[in-house]
Amino acid sequence: MEKSKNTNYIRYIITLIVLITLFVILILLNIKLGSVDVSVKDIIDILFHGSGNETNYNILWKVRLPRMMASIILGGALALSGFLLQTFFNNPIAGPYVLGISSGSKMMVALVMIAVLSRYHYVNSAALIIAAFAGAMLSMGFVLIISRKVNSVSMLIVCGVMIGYICSAITDIMITFADDANIVNLHNWSLGSFSGTSWKNVGVMASVVLPTSLIVFLMSKPIGAYQLGENYAKNMGINIKLFRIMLVLLSSFLCACVTAFAGPISFVGIAVPHLVKSFLKTSKPLIVTPICFLGGSVFCLGCDLIARTLFAPVELSVSTVSSIFGVPIVIYIMLKKRVH
Amino acid sequence: MNKEYFFYTKKLTVGYNGKPLIKDIEVNLKKGQILTLIGPNGSGKSTILKSITKHLKSICGTIYIDSESIESMSNKDMAQKVSVMLTDKLKTELMTCKDVVETGRYPYTGMLGILSEEDNLQVRNAMELVNAWELRDRDFTEISDGQRQRILLARAICQEPEIIVLDEPTSFLDIHYELELLSILRTLAEERNITVIMSLHELDMAQKVSDLVMCVKGEYITHLGAPEEIFQKELISQLYDLSNGSYNPLFGSFEMERPKGKPKVFVIAGGGTGIAEYRILQKKGIPFVTGILHKNDIDYQLAQDLASEVFFEKSFDPISEAVFQNALDRMNSCNIVINCLKTYGEINMKNKALYREAVSQGKKILESADML
Repeated sequence: MEKSKNTNYIRYIITLIVLITLFVILILLNIKLGSVDVSVKDIIDILFHGSGNETNYNILWKVRLPRMMASIILGGALALSGFLLQTFFNNPIAGPYVLGISSGSKMMVALVMIAVLSRYHYVNSAALIIAAFAGAMLSMGFVLIISRKVNSVSMLIVCGVMIGYICSAITDIMITFADDANIVNLHNWSLGSFSGTSWKNVGVMASVVLPTSLIVFLMSKPIGAYQLGENYAKNMGINIKLFRIMLVLLSSFLCACVTAFAGPISFVGIAVPHLVKSFLKTSKPLIVTPICFLGGSVFCLGCDLIARTLFAPVELSVSTVSSIFGVPIVIYIMLKKRVH
Repeated sequence: MNKEYFFYTKKLTVGYNGKPLIKDIEVNLKKGQILTLIGPNGSGKSTILKSITKHLKSICGTIYIDSESIESMSNKDMAQKVSVMLTDKLKTELMTCKDVVETGRYPYTGMLGILSEEDNLQVRNAMELVNAWELRDRDFTEISDGQRQRILLARAICQEPEIIVLDEPTSFLDIHYELELLSILRTLAEERNITVIMSLHELDMAQKVSDLVMCVKGEYITHLGAPEEIFQKELISQLYDLSNGSYNPLFGSFEMERPKGKPKVFVIAGGGTGIAEYRILQKKGIPFVTGILHKNDIDYQLAQDLASEVFFEKSFDPISEAVFQNALDRMNSCNIVINCLKTYGEINMKNKALYREAVSQGKKILESADML
């Protein structure tokens, strides 16, 4: 027994070390690489001495660093949101994007942006988050209604994808009728991108995502019980109704926050929890939730780096890159499930 | 109410969506007693069990555990008193058997659910009790159905409940594990004073393991009592609507329907020699008569269920002339005689006479029904 316990711990620690190493490497690359080449010496000067070339200073402090922070925070939020949805639906390919929740958020955010930007030049972050949350709940509501009617896992996903298409279609219609001035912004955003993040945005993200993630971590125990199914969880003393509501709210909220700032980012929510669980060889939430968050950050840091630098100065959307890495994983999970 | 009982219900009515299914259930259990619910599929056994575990809101009436109504108990209290083993198919992901059992400690661990030494010990004890400790590192989805049942029982045990509720715990189990599981339940009841409430399909097992049996069928519980009272031929046949086939309370087993028609075969049997022949004849659908059996003969038990007519004598008495004559008359109308007896004793000497008569009449004599 002791032996197996030890191998488990060793596996957790190795996974953690690998992720932290990747995290650090990606942070360094994200600072260094980009359409403008900044030398290592300049970087050190700018970051630690506050001196150096003014343009480079602005690129680092006003563009690259906040953008990097956004991928760290929002990537973690997406992965956690996916993990919660997978627990809720007891389905490994549930995620905020495939269930149409991201698209619901996108639709509402676009609506608010167009409505507000036609009159003012600025939209409050809080208003965007609230709009995104409303959109997320709207999609989630549909998905929940459907999940009551159909028991099949694949049907649920198909319905989610359909909801996603409807929301995207409505968003496209709204963008078509939006002011020309806003279209460029909206268009970039509606594809999913971390660009244009300000430190103020980062502050709002952090103050929303981090406490929410902490709550998720503190709910590890009931989440673990819920993994055995509703009836057993109830027998362990969990208030099932309350717990289910919490899961829905927390996962939608995390996803909404991501969409409000970065638009819909696909497949992170499925791929990351799956990879993390496979490396850890466990689904114990106490271990999976923190590592999932870290994994989401690493995944998004990597995707954003590729999106920015691959065809620089032309930028890809993060979603494009995350789909390329995420979709094979999703297909792999589906095939594996079929075999069982 | 009565302090004597640990678990009792008062006018309990259960059902789904406010529609009553079974009304006015009154059952009293002492600590360490085993109550088994029997009855046909869909009669509401699971509904009653779910109401007891609070998975289903009872429509009216009250369930008391340790003199406290379960309505007023907190979720945690309830979890520390009642544990369950359900028929739900578990879809776990990357959970070892030990992980599954550990969830039973949920009501005892702190906010993050980290197990203490004591918790680990309970997990180990429970797994050892069900002989599943060696499965601890196996993935829960990759073990057999029978092993899964044992793991789920270990989970229920390490929850340290005072009542364990089990819905069809023996489904998927082969006879070895079925016996093992039921003897574990008996041990829990005797040694740990745990009250067990379960539903079973295996009536022979229900008869052997239960202290109290409840027959669930129809709107009201009509029969609730000790196994000796419940396992009666008529009662069980009625409960399961057995028009074809019958129930034998002595063996706790069911027999197929007796062959119909005019019997043409006479089986001379006794001392257990007839049982195999009766079964062959039943399978081939050949109606038969048998005799002359003593009432305490094991053949007599089965003959009653399968033979068209049985000639018998009182236990321990030599076969009387009158019974012999009746049997002989009946044998005359049969053209085949199967003689299972090789030796005869003092009290069944008349069977030898019966056999000789058959030979002298030139009837077709067979040693076994196989030859038919």
